[in-house]
Amino acid sequence: MLNNTAVADASAGTDGKNDMSLTARANKKVRHPGSVILSALTIFAAVTTFALLLFLIVYILAKGIPYLTSDLFSLEYTSDNVSLMPSLINTFIMTVVSLAIAAPLGIFAAIFLVEYAGKGNKFVGLIRITAETLSGIPSIVYGLFGMLFFVTTLKWGMSLLAGACTLVIMVLPLIMRTSEEALKAVPDSYREASFGLGAGKLRTIFTIVLPSAVPGILAGVILAIGRIIGETAALLYTAGTVAAVPSNLMGSGRTLALHMYVLSSEGLHMNQASATAVVIMIFVLVINGLSGMIAKRIAKG
Amino acid sequence: MTHLKEKGMKCIFMIAAFTSVIAVFLICVFLFANGIPAIAKIGPLKFLFGTTWKPSNDKFGIFPMIVASIYVTAGAIITGVPIALLTAVFMARYCPAKIYRPLKSGIELMAGIPSIVYGFFGLILIVPLIRQIFGGTGSSMLAASLLLGMMILPTIIGPAESAIRSVPESYYEGSLALGATKERSIFCIMLPAAKSGILAAVVLGIGRAIGETMAVIMVAGNQARMPQGLLKGVRTMTANIVTEMGYATGLHREALIATAVVLFVFILIINLSLSLLNRRSSNAQ
Repeated sequence: MLNNTAVADASAGTDGKNDMSLTARANKKVRHPGSVILSALTIFAAVTTFALLLFLIVYILAKGIPYLTSDLFSLEYTSDNVSLMPSLINTFIMTVVSLAIAAPLGIFAAIFLVEYAGKGNKFVGLIRITAETLSGIPSIVYGLFGMLFFVTTLKWGMSLLAGACTLVIMVLPLIMRTSEEALKAVPDSYREASFGLGAGKLRTIFTIVLPSAVPGILAGVILAIGRIIGETAALLYTAGTVAAVPSNLMGSGRTLALHMYVLSSEGLHMNQASATAVVIMIFVLVINGLSGMIAKRIAKG
Repeated sequence: MTHLKEKGMKCIFMIAAFTSVIAVFLICVFLFANGIPAIAKIGPLKFLFGTTWKPSNDKFGIFPMIVASIYVTAGAIITGVPIALLTAVFMARYCPAKIYRPLKSGIELMAGIPSIVYGFFGLILIVPLIRQIFGGTGSSMLAASLLLGMMILPTIIGPAESAIRSVPESYYEGSLALGATKERSIFCIMLPAAKSGILAAVVLGIGRAIGETMAVIMVAGNQARMPQGLLKGVRTMTANIVTEMGYATGLHREALIATAVVLFVFILIINLSLSLLNRRSSNAQ
């Protein structure tokens, strides 16, 4: 027993270098019951957190996997098969369109902040503050704004494009921040060497700096994909809830997350809703795995 | 020619950088322009402190929703913050190096799970559980608080952990050298030193909880009346917007946008205090 606590202490703590004998350690434990309780509480909290996460994943998967039938993946949605295929295709279109706009915007903005704006630039503070504000705004507010601006004022109607543009504003700060960090991590010596060889600023940015920052930027873009796939509130009143793939971007169509919301709020097709949850969950797991792999590669250098 | 290209691209980069400024500006303009007239028409006091929300009778008081949002957020803080902070302490000071990476990516995964999935989890597990244990419908303030408490865990753990990590190691060693136990050194020396960073993490969690929509709407019951107890249904500001926006017209629609204005002001205040806290914690080091 004594041995056990000592081993646990040594492996868990940084105080392993202390040359205390086992009995001294045991005495210390007895004399400080508060410390024992606190460390027990800490470990209990950590176990709770990770048990919750594990339970959530397992529960969602276990509830939904039995209902993943081939009917769910038929191309047309009818009230009989409640197919999720149109929503899946819409999600894909939505992701591609949003990223096609948000990724260049975010990366260019980061290039401006890192490569062009000096420290004393008065705009940098303003841009930072607004980007921070954007990242704190709840998605329903984005949804309302998208409805007022893209759907009503620009007269696009409920459409994939209106939804995608709303999502662009939403994921922009995320892509900006990660790209900025990635660009900042590129050593200045790269830039200096490129200038020294006679390359211009643009050439240096596009052929030297950007390629070395690609993994970091990619990690940010992948996180953005995760947010786009899971977003519901911002799309409810911008992209609409039509359960079909529209013929062009100006048509309305629901994404997977919206499909799941509609099913579970109607309450008639809970089984299909749990199957949809499994599909979303698998996407989230894959996306997280990918960004983790990239992060590992960055850490290795 | 090259000179022109360089200048042109610089302009493009700058315009891209200003997108976020333009976006914030547009969001403010459109929300306020559509919401403020409605508040004026209803009467600011009647709108903010009126306790009946009956759009069919032209009664637009959002006080029940404001209170519900605050209650549910408070509930999330009570259930989520202690666990989140202790987990952050675990991650920063207790976690064995071997399992650190998997645990860290577990927290990232938790932050990446969409709120609709959390909401569904609440709907098929937490709500029936509450119904079985306490009776009633189960869709209640308690369900929303528990679910939100779970959702804000990763939001708080990440920043709180880095705040604890940024406390100089010498504080810890100094405390140990004076004879304090490991726990005493962490909880009485390290945590107070990381105070403003930890507070910023909690504020971030509050922002997430008050703005959460889809998860809350699925478990909170959404009755538009003053909160009547832990086991009774409530409707938050976010839920109010989503449930009625689909069919609202005229003043009713504008009143919903005005609800979003109030929510937006709440978020702006939270953001402001967050940036003040962050400035303080970066000054402290």
